[in-house]
Amino acid sequence: MTRFILNGTPRHCDSPPTRRLSDVLREDLGLTGTKVGCDAGDCGACTVLIDGRATCACLTPAARAEGRHIQTVEAQTPELTRLRAAFLRHGAAQCGICTPGMLMAAAELIARNPAPTEAEAEAAIGGVLCRCTGYRKILAAICDATDAPAPSLPQGRATGQPIPRLDGAEKVAGDLFGADVLPENACVLKAIRSPHPHAAFTFGDLAAYAARPGIAAVFTAADIPGRNAFGVIPPFADQPALAESPARFRGEAVALVAFAPGHDPATDDFPITWQPLPALTDPDAALQAAHPLHPGRPDNILVQGLVRKGDSATAMDRAAHVVSAEITTAFVEHAYIEPEAGAAWLEGETLCIRACTQAPVMDRDETAAILALPPDRIRILPSAVGGGFGSKLDLSLQPLLGLAALRLRRPVRMVYSRAESMASTTKRHPARMRGRIGCDAQGIVTALEFDGTFDTGAYASWGPTVANRVPVHVTGPYHTPHVTAIARAVHTHNPVSGAFRGFGVPQAAIWQETAYDRLADRLGLDRLEFRLRNALRDGQSSATGQVLQATGIAPCLTALRPHWRRALAEASGQPGRGVGLASCWYGCGNTSLPNPSTIRIGITARGELVLHQGATDIGQGSNTVIAQIAADALGLPVGQIRLIGPDTALTPDAGKTSASRQTFVTGRAALAAGAELRAAILRRANASDAARLSLDGPLLAVTEGATRHEIALAGLPPDDMGYVLMAEASYDPPTAPLDENGQGRPYALYGYGAQMVELSVDPALGTVRLHRITAAHDLGLAINPLLATGQIEGGIAQGIGLALMEEYLPGRTENLHDYLIPTAGDVPPITSLLIEVPDPEGPFGAKGLGEHVLIPTAPAILNAIRHATGAEITQLPALPHRILAAMRAARP
Amino acid sequence: MSYARPQTLTEAIRLLAGSQIRLLAGGTDLYPATQSAALSGPILDLADIAELNGITPWNGGLRIGATTSWSTIAEAPLPPALRALQQAALQVGGRQIQNAGTIGGNLCNASPAADGVPPLLVLDARVELAGPLGRRDLPLAAFLTGPRRTARAPDEIVTAIFIPEQSLAGHSSFLKLGARAYLVISIAMVAARLTLAADGRIARAALAVGACGPVATRLAALEPALTGLTPAQAAQSITPETLSPPLAPIDDIRATAAYRLESAAELLRRALLDCAP
Ligand SMILES: Cc1cc2nc3c(=O)[nH]c(=O)nc-3n(C[C@H](O)[C@H](O)[C@H](O)COP(=O)(O)OP(=O)(O)OC[C@H]3O[C@@H](n4cnc5c(N)ncnc54)[C@H](O)[C@@H]3O)c2cc1C
Ligand code: FES
Ligand code: FES
Repeated sequence: MTRFILNGTPRHCDSPPTRRLSDVLREDLGLTGTKVGCDAGDCGACTVLIDGRATCACLTPAARAEGRHIQTVEAQTPELTRLRAAFLRHGAAQCGICTPGMLMAAAELIARNPAPTEAEAEAAIGGVLCRCTGYRKILAAICDATDAPAPSLPQGRATGQPIPRLDGAEKVAGDLFGADVLPENACVLKAIRSPHPHAAFTFGDLAAYAARPGIAAVFTAADIPGRNAFGVIPPFADQPALAESPARFRGEAVALVAFAPGHDPATDDFPITWQPLPALTDPDAALQAAHPLHPGRPDNILVQGLVRKGDSATAMDRAAHVVSAEITTAFVEHAYIEPEAGAAWLEGETLCIRACTQAPVMDRDETAAILALPPDRIRILPSAVGGGFGSKLDLSLQPLLGLAALRLRRPVRMVYSRAESMASTTKRHPARMRGRIGCDAQGIVTALEFDGTFDTGAYASWGPTVANRVPVHVTGPYHTPHVTAIARAVHTHNPVSGAFRGFGVPQAAIWQETAYDRLADRLGLDRLEFRLRNALRDGQSSATGQVLQATGIAPCLTALRPHWRRALAEASGQPGRGVGLASCWYGCGNTSLPNPSTIRIGITARGELVLHQGATDIGQGSNTVIAQIAADALGLPVGQIRLIGPDTALTPDAGKTSASRQTFVTGRAALAAGAELRAAILRRANASDAARLSLDGPLLAVTEGATRHEIALAGLPPDDMGYVLMAEASYDPPTAPLDENGQGRPYALYGYGAQMVELSVDPALGTVRLHRITAAHDLGLAINPLLATGQIEGGIAQGIGLALMEEYLPGRTENLHDYLIPTAGDVPPITSLLIEVPDPEGPFGAKGLGEHVLIPTAPAILNAIRHATGAEITQLPALPHRILAAMRAARP
Repeated sequence: MSYARPQTLTEAIRLLAGSQIRLLAGGTDLYPATQSAALSGPILDLADIAELNGITPWNGGLRIGATTSWSTIAEAPLPPALRALQQAALQVGGRQIQNAGTIGGNLCNASPAADGVPPLLVLDARVELAGPLGRRDLPLAAFLTGPRRTARAPDEIVTAIFIPEQSLAGHSSFLKLGARAYLVISIAMVAARLTLAADGRIARAALAVGACGPVATRLAALEPALTGLTPAQAAQSITPETLSPPLAPIDDIRATAAYRLESAAELLRRALLDCAP
């Protein structure tokens, strides 16, 4: 028996003495505010205070709690109260999974030092990883931890206001993620996974294994009742929920064991024999291989995307200057702090699956197909999502949870270990890119040729999207009359490459933007002016022949110009100092495919204003932004809105949180639903659109000039959802298919941006110190500037990782100490310039932003390194030894 | 699975004798090595043994108890000769790791990248062990016999690290190189300690390098040549060639061997300049 004081109250536990304290807190004492991201001390999400000292609960034996004061995020202390308020004010929590650890680490600091400097705050949270925020707002919050309340919500217009996130209170209290709701008496599921990239396997005596005490059941591919092939793009669905022999990548699930509650879920002696087979791990070799991984995909080519416009060969011949460029990038892991987790149970005949996801309706439909159920028998209840960045678009544990709950007819739960999450889920495609860009003597770009091979791994996932998006975007936001661009997604026995913030466009931008710097140097032109000269303007057409409107790139570059001149002046004559610049553009929504969203708003007889918001908020802020848009469209204060969802039983389909589409597409649906409801109300009052609405309990008032019309809500008949007034509206962006040359209108609108990086390179060590990043992003209208700058800072942090440190190597970096992501000390101060070039297609003119923000960072860093040292990096990440070697190579 | 948390060293040694019991200090190496919810097998927790914890005067020098945490070391008022150790203490993981992880655990875990080792090597530290046959102490370099291997017998406990009196002289510096700011496994790290004569020239130099071979290495052959030089001259004399041998770095996912040698030389040059009081 261990006795201790937990958050001021005497508690005890009776668990094994060396059990991790994090487990005891979460499982035995029900305090799930303490999060687990790695069980290895690497992420700090589990930070608690033991006698006032920040400690990783995952590394602390339960017995060590004896006689100690333990504080978790559930505590109510003056330090935590101040920190929570500051985190909300500053927008320091996005997905919220790191927030408890951040709060506790900061609480230790401000108890000793109530007014810390930024450097002190940085050291205090150096051991807590955040993948969403880029840390800047967290540091600002810790240095401003006063009781000042969050600003109150606006009574009038909500869009354009920097209001704190509407789901913020949950985030700073310790939100409920996939692993945090534990149904009573649930079996624990563990997957058996391939230790080899390619291996045949045979099972031993599964029946005997399943009969062991503590084991409730064992499932294999033979138990899958429906179609054992899923995939986000239905025609390419090829990935089994549980593989039949052979396994096609390291980490692929081949069997599932359900453990009865209270039994150690150890699978070490699971009866399986592996026979490793030759593995194709190099995409160039895979292109030559005699036998493709999947029948019907000769040469292992999943999809080859092509954009051809004009005559690039002739234009290149005539160009005054041509640069050739070649660069390769690595597998990049999403490294969200929440490993996949969830639970499933039956409610009557409905299978309920509560798990982290970015795409609830896709989860429902794909799981239904695997389990041979009609979709309406599955209800997906997304948990709070501890980061997604694209990887939680694909199914992971949903079919496994569903299968076991259905077969056992009892609740089940599953939490991936960090290693399992990293090995089995999707990655950013490694790219091998080469080609040429040519321009005339005046520095006007005339031609671009690009050829990229993208390692798409064992299964299709989003490979087709990457292969199609890259050629469309590879020109960057620059007018390029003659283009030939090819991107092929190639199967290997590597991890499945899928969606990761930008769908291949960040890789392509690295190639194009670094080549642009060399072209500008050839011309002797300022690198910013060269870009401005070529920036896409309204009425010009893109590589796909789409005539563009609301092009924001020139305004972004122009906004950077004074910063650029200042930075160049400061760097000049300073050895090792460099300044770099890169741009981005990105089409919002699916490429040439329908992707509608639907939003419902209702008012109950009691005067509750309810927004059914089905867009999963993975930290990016849909819960807040969609509510802001709906509120303004309707004309009621955003603070009156109560949010429901997402939940496939309660919210209409708002599509997936990907492709920077939610603010735009779901925003347009919210705009339409709000406007429709407003129109219905105005009709009742016979008022014009100039009227003002106010909702006060069961009284809805419509005021126009001196006339006031009151609608008694209680007197209206409720519909079957309980609403007396209700509107539901959909929006699907207008696009047109691409023809065989990739010509067409793939996206309804585009967002633009440009970033500038100031850094120093250590001349002897090749290490990089980032000084400042200035980011100008055109988002049409900043619906919420606080959330928008949060997206910018978080995207930049991921771009820093992509450029300087991240490289996933299967079997070697399946943890967060060998796989490095930026820490609080790696992200410099960031200045965001929000540029607003409204697009008539966007809600109130707004465009998407979520993916754009990551694209320019890596090439801007590489350009600054080259400016500082001459080093041309051809292989990412730019680790110190690679930079030093490139510096040597650059010296005459 | 048994768990013991004795109050005295005598009791701990008795429990350890002839058993398969594993020693637990801060747990920051033990827990990450398992995926289970608890440590497996019998565990002997050293946390309550008072004599293993804390920094005390010893024979004119210092005794650092084996279970002294990195934060305690960082926060203690120590002479400038131990500045390298304190700088290392602030770079072992993040603050949570420093609050739990111990100096004894760092040495016993014997990772080639253990940050505690180079600063202790330049202090000529000795490791004290206690077992059923009594106590013995040996130089740190003799204690570390290879990657993840030490001279500790299975029935012995590391009780303390001794810093001899003559090692408290001079100034020291620790520098660590990695690909990110916090929570980073060293690509290379170095420690230097210099005692300067009245004219500012080096009277005695001690240099050590970690993460560039199976164990961290004291550069004993190189040190005498630095006597009589200014720190700046000494720094100039360090080149990658002068380090190979004794260093034998390898290529791995973090860096190439050649880069490790070069960066070790550069870090040593900087550490020498940083030692000047
Ligand atoms: C996120 C993270 C970051 C880290 N970063 C660093 C870093 O930057 N630099 C670095 O050097 N290390 C780092 N480490 C490793 C670790 O924290 C240190 O090595 C620490 O000093 C280990 O001490 P401990 O007390 O926690 O060891 P424990 O895990 O308790 O023990 C380690 C080993 O030593 C044995 N042992 C412990 N004490 C004794 C004793 N007194 N007598 C005999 N045997 C004993 C144990 O049986 C075990 O085999 C990191 C670890 C984590 C989790
Ligand atoms: S869960 Fe403890 S540090 Fe990651
Ligand atoms: S907010 Fe920090 S990890 Fe998501």
